[in-house]
Amino acid sequence: MSALFDLFSFAAIGAGVFFFFAGTVGLIRFPDSLTRLHALSKADNLGLGLIVLGLLPRADSALAAFKLVLIWALVLASGASTAQLIGRALRRGQK
Amino acid sequence: MSVLPILDVGLAFLVVGLAAWTVAARNLFASVVGYVAYGLLLALVWIRLYAPDVALTEAAVGGGVTGVLLITAGKRLGALEKDEAGATPALALKIVAGALALFVAGALAWVVVTLPDPAPTLAPAAAAAADGPGAGLGNPITAVLISYRSFDTMLEKVVLILAVIGVWSVGADSAWGAAPAPLGRPQPAGAMVLLAQILAPIGALIGVHIFWVGADAPGGAFQGGALLAAMWMAAMMARLTEPPRIDARWLRLALVAGPAVFLVIGFAGLGLAGDFFAFPPAFAKPLILFIETFMVLSIAVALPLLVAGPPNGRSAR
Repeated sequence: MSALFDLFSFAAIGAGVFFFFAGTVGLIRFPDSLTRLHALSKADNLGLGLIVLGLLPRADSALAAFKLVLIWALVLASGASTAQLIGRALRRGQK
Repeated sequence: MSVLPILDVGLAFLVVGLAAWTVAARNLFASVVGYVAYGLLLALVWIRLYAPDVALTEAAVGGGVTGVLLITAGKRLGALEKDEAGATPALALKIVAGALALFVAGALAWVVVTLPDPAPTLAPAAAAAADGPGAGLGNPITAVLISYRSFDTMLEKVVLILAVIGVWSVGADSAWGAAPAPLGRPQPAGAMVLLAQILAPIGALIGVHIFWVGADAPGGAFQGGALLAAMWMAAMMARLTEPPRIDARWLRLALVAGPAVFLVIGFAGLGLAGDFFAFPPAFAKPLILFIETFMVLSIAVALPLLVAGPPNGRSAR
């Protein structure tokens, strides 16, 4: 059973690391700010989400697991809104 | 396990590299962003040094509050620059400033390199003292802060109040007593309002939580207070609330509450426990939490006022 959990953690965290890697490559390689923002939000939302998912079976208690999910939710909320704000500022700047 | 040292060395290089980049950046805004990232990396460094309390403070103050403070300061400097266009410092001034910075950095480096081995430390004495009057607190850091070096902790908050008074005194005489200029633009973006509405209640709860667990786990008054301050600033940036008038009585009371309560209890210790700032052992823990509650209040009020700036007679920018 614990081996199965370990495998699940490994797969989920590995996938999360892949998203962070891809997001970082996008951040460096994409041509303009809006597409870079797009790459960044994928890394934050999916990458962190998968890493949190992988860490869940390893949490000490239900409360610790809840805190992990809460952290992800907070990052989602702030990431999505700041991406909106930056995008809006960019559009204002282009006009 | 053998990967960790490599990561640590990488982290150290990253911190130094980012610091150099922050100093070298030509654009004010870019260097502020670099500084914020530098603060967050430093928080990671503190975690790796097994100092989660310091890491929390660094992330909240070094990464968060100072970043907001520098960005607002940068914006005001930008407005000033238009008035004083062409007033770049002379070459001699640049050389003197550079030499002075080099001297300070060199002296610091020399002190660090020539530290005796083992380095002189007060840690055992502090740990022993924390076991005594600070007993009952599971977190030795909080015990040392409030019990062993209580006077320093109290004076730190006095410094915060002095800084607020300093900021206020920059305003025009005619504006004295009025409110500082609003933090956000007149029509804040919908995303900002939504973020403040979602984040502020949760963040305030987490701030109180961090203060409360500070007695037994990493956390404490400053970290919790800084989070509360950040949430208030978020609400002000979304124009859900405005900066208060600086002559408001509740504001002044909240500002001085922390150090005042600390001082009163410190003097009470003179009679009750036989020493200035000594706590009667039986009541040490509730007393310390009582003091910290008012400390949180003072910090949560002082930091946003530093960011809001001097009072401004006009109602909008």
